[in-house]
Amino acid sequence: MGKKKEKKEINEKVDVEAVEIEDDTWWWLTHKGIGATFLCISVFALLVRVAVSLHPYSGAGSPPKFGDYEAQRHWMEITLNLPVLEWYRNSTGNDLSYWGLDYPPLTAYQSYFHGLFLRFFDPDSVSLFTSRGYETYVGCHSSRKNDCAWHIAMLLLNPCLILIDHGHFQYNCISLGLTVAAIAAILSQRELLASCLFTLALSHKQMSVYYAPAFFSHLLGKCLRRKNPIHGVAKLGLTVLGTFTVVWWPYLHSTDALLGVLSRLAPFERGIYEDYVANFWCTSSVIIKWKRLFSVHSLKFISLTATVLTCLPSMVQQVMAPSSRGFLYGLLNSSFAFYLFSFQVHEKSILLPLLPASLLALEERRPFKWLMFYGLFSMFPLLCRDKLVLPYFALHALFMLLYHAPCGHGGRPRNARPNNTKFDYFDSFKTFMNGFIYLSSFILHIVYLTMHPPEKFPYLFEAIIMLICFYQFALLAFYTNVKQWSLLEHSTTEEEKKLI
Amino acid sequence: MESSSSTRQLLWFFAIAVCVKLLLIPAYHSTDFEVHRHWLALTHSLPLSNWYADETSPWTLDYPPFFACFERFLSIFAHYIDPQIVDLHNGLNYRANSAIYFLRISVILSDLWLLYGVCRLTKNADVKRRNLIWVLIVWSPALVMVDHLHFQYNGFLLGWLLLSISFLQEGKDLMGGFLFAVLLCFKHLFAVAAPVYFVYLLRHYCWKGLFRGFSRLSVLGAVVVAVFAAAYGPFLYHGQIQQVFNRMFPFGRGLCHAYWAPNFWVFYIILDKVFSFFLKKFGFSIQIPAASFTGGLVGDSSPFAVLPKISPSTTLIMVLLALSPCFIKAWTNPQPRMVARWIAYAYTCGFLFGWHVHEKASLHFVIPLAIVAVQSLEDAKHYFMLSIVSCYSLFPLLYEGQEYPIKVLLLLLHSILMWLGFSTKFTRASAPNTMVTAKKKGAQSKSIESSSPAAEKGGFTIGWVGKSYLLGLLLVEIWGQFLHPYLLGDKFPFVPLMLISTYCAFGIMYSWIWQLRWIISTT
Repeated sequence: MGKKKEKKEINEKVDVEAVEIEDDTWWWLTHKGIGATFLCISVFALLVRVAVSLHPYSGAGSPPKFGDYEAQRHWMEITLNLPVLEWYRNSTGNDLSYWGLDYPPLTAYQSYFHGLFLRFFDPDSVSLFTSRGYETYVGCHSSRKNDCAWHIAMLLLNPCLILIDHGHFQYNCISLGLTVAAIAAILSQRELLASCLFTLALSHKQMSVYYAPAFFSHLLGKCLRRKNPIHGVAKLGLTVLGTFTVVWWPYLHSTDALLGVLSRLAPFERGIYEDYVANFWCTSSVIIKWKRLFSVHSLKFISLTATVLTCLPSMVQQVMAPSSRGFLYGLLNSSFAFYLFSFQVHEKSILLPLLPASLLALEERRPFKWLMFYGLFSMFPLLCRDKLVLPYFALHALFMLLYHAPCGHGGRPRNARPNNTKFDYFDSFKTFMNGFIYLSSFILHIVYLTMHPPEKFPYLFEAIIMLICFYQFALLAFYTNVKQWSLLEHSTTEEEKKLI
Repeated sequence: MESSSSTRQLLWFFAIAVCVKLLLIPAYHSTDFEVHRHWLALTHSLPLSNWYADETSPWTLDYPPFFACFERFLSIFAHYIDPQIVDLHNGLNYRANSAIYFLRISVILSDLWLLYGVCRLTKNADVKRRNLIWVLIVWSPALVMVDHLHFQYNGFLLGWLLLSISFLQEGKDLMGGFLFAVLLCFKHLFAVAAPVYFVYLLRHYCWKGLFRGFSRLSVLGAVVVAVFAAAYGPFLYHGQIQQVFNRMFPFGRGLCHAYWAPNFWVFYIILDKVFSFFLKKFGFSIQIPAASFTGGLVGDSSPFAVLPKISPSTTLIMVLLALSPCFIKAWTNPQPRMVARWIAYAYTCGFLFGWHVHEKASLHFVIPLAIVAVQSLEDAKHYFMLSIVSCYSLFPLLYEGQEYPIKVLLLLLHSILMWLGFSTKFTRASAPNTMVTAKKKGAQSKSIESSSPAAEKGGFTIGWVGKSYLLGLLLVEIWGQFLHPYLLGDKFPFVPLMLISTYCAFGIMYSWIWQLRWIISTT
């Protein structure tokens, strides 16, 4: 009799517990711990990536130059068939005007390994000269499979990244993955490892230099707070130099070779901007014709100054008060600075600010969503050219759906908004403006797809897209810089002591 | 308020699935794509009297008239988007983007009907169960693979079935019967469950005393006859009924499809081959038949060397025999909450013992079983195994290299989601409940998957038998994909497929036995 009562009590207790738990819709996904959730999401992300790779890629079937996919294949061809020293040199074997290598050596090594793999399956696709424009199934297929294997450490369902890497076709995920690893190392106080990883990222794609000020200023700030700053700086410096030496070894025997590589990495002759990227120079060129007013040399100097000036506030903040949160904001700010003011920026470079923004997504929900929306929008003309319209819309919709998952935390700020019964004009104006711009952007998508621009301004729509995106990026950059500075005011001495 | 939020959540699930399906638009599609495109053209360009008589293309109309009307409805939009899609002669093998996008999107949109069926079924369930059922049905990998890659309209048809079940579960038998009759006029393959419906409706709806019962019977009969009349009436009028039935029931096809569905006949064939092999060794003269199964030919001559020939009526008798316990149960104790199980069981029997069964027919019982999979730990474990096996058996449908990662990832994702979902639903906290109910059911604790130790531990776990079976599945796949081409090259190309069929057939047989046992053991 007593046992029955006990069992009944247990059952009732269980029922009560069950009722409480049932309120959370996503408990079933997360209750087994973060590992299972991560596995689940990664598999889904892989599935989405594989599905995107079914779609056309940049330059599919369009001779004579094809597109980025052909560039990657060509690099595999070059690295497999020519000796290391020839990779960056113009020669009969290696015609630099046909997709010459313009990324640092780690990309070249990676192409070499992929080429080895591809040669095993399909030698014709990487034979020198004869394989230009080789577009079979196998090559396409296995290159993309290679790409998939590198995706573990990333925030996996970033539509920009998926579209660029799997649609348009590039290998940004490797350098971004290395950067994320470096960031993780910094957040877990392993600075030497972080510098090593970041140097590797830098040696893979020179665009990782967008993050360099943040890494530099954070590490410097940390070192300055130690008992022996010189010691710390020396250790880091040695690690960086050591890693560089290892990676660049084949090119270090003469300054000629080194300069040869470096000149490929920084193609200043291509001008301060190309196409319609939403950065300062391109947008303001509507009014101020930079290319006509200044020479390439002066423009280099102007853009360098502008970039450094824009980076400076965030760098100073980190040197003065290094913190993990500040570091993430620093990354965001320095990459924004580079994106907006640097020389020869591509639309795809919006991936770089997006990375720290995704890492900060839990804190800055709305800004993250805006950045993703406008980042994707800024790439829209590029993706249309690659016939990736369907994946664009599907992935964009998927992202928005996941962001606004039911009973999740998307869109709602974690801290409860204060209940203002007073009608806030500024707030409502902001909401109105945002809504208006969202709507116009959406309409612009449709206009771009369906209508033809007037004869006099064949790139009118691209220009409008660029203007809207630049406005949003500039606003966001300003906001994040302010946010980072406000961290300085809030940091107490106790916090600083804890970080050492 | 609550129902609107649950509808919103369901739409969210659906929207995610739509995004993935949209990404899969450029993937491989089978000849079924051309079949449906041709039917669009056929129904659009020709009058009703020619629908079942036309010979323009080898893909003749072999679904009942309501489906033809559905295609006619779609063809209105197709014509508006690109007239060449519905052109009878110029549209043959038309592969333009407009055709592909239109047909793919029509399947995606027709899944809304499935969504409605699911919505109606789960509107009274609690949150956890509801979400789990949605994950199992709306995100079913088998449906994605068959409907959105291979190309068919199963989601739409299963929507009708689920709607019918939902009405029966609520006790609204007339509506349930009506919807089922409509479904039969969409695809006659669903008629396998008709005997179960008949017995259940007779007993539950009509067995209410002489006068009331008889009036109900006549109402039900009238409704069914009306539905059939609406479907077949016009063809009766044109004197084409014979032609229609010839097209709908092509018994000239053999016992098995070119790729054997994992059903009972697989064992029969293998037994035949084994016998013929050994008898030959012992010196008997055995005629190897011309239409051999491994050759993939179909025809009327008996493809069996030793064992007796199987005819369509034999299969029918076997199906009915297998269904008989279900009839008895439905007759003696017609409970609305058992309807889903009985119907799923009917389709299982039809799949196992039927004539010329396609492996895609496994969808017909896997989807309804998802409704009951959340009811108990045993059901969950059974469904976990069944779902994986049936999804895997669909792999040979998508044989091109570029879909390989997709189908593997779909199955993997589904398994992980099932594992997570079921382990949440049946955690240690609810173990005392399951133990108590298990004791109540009587001595049913001995199941094939050694669940008694698991029930004592609490929670969703798979026993060693289940685990080794799944491991075997992995090994079969590794053999078929990697080892066989590497070791044997082009020799014996049918062996991997045979291996998949046979191995999955074991799983499906286990499911049949499990379901049968469950049905017999309940009071």
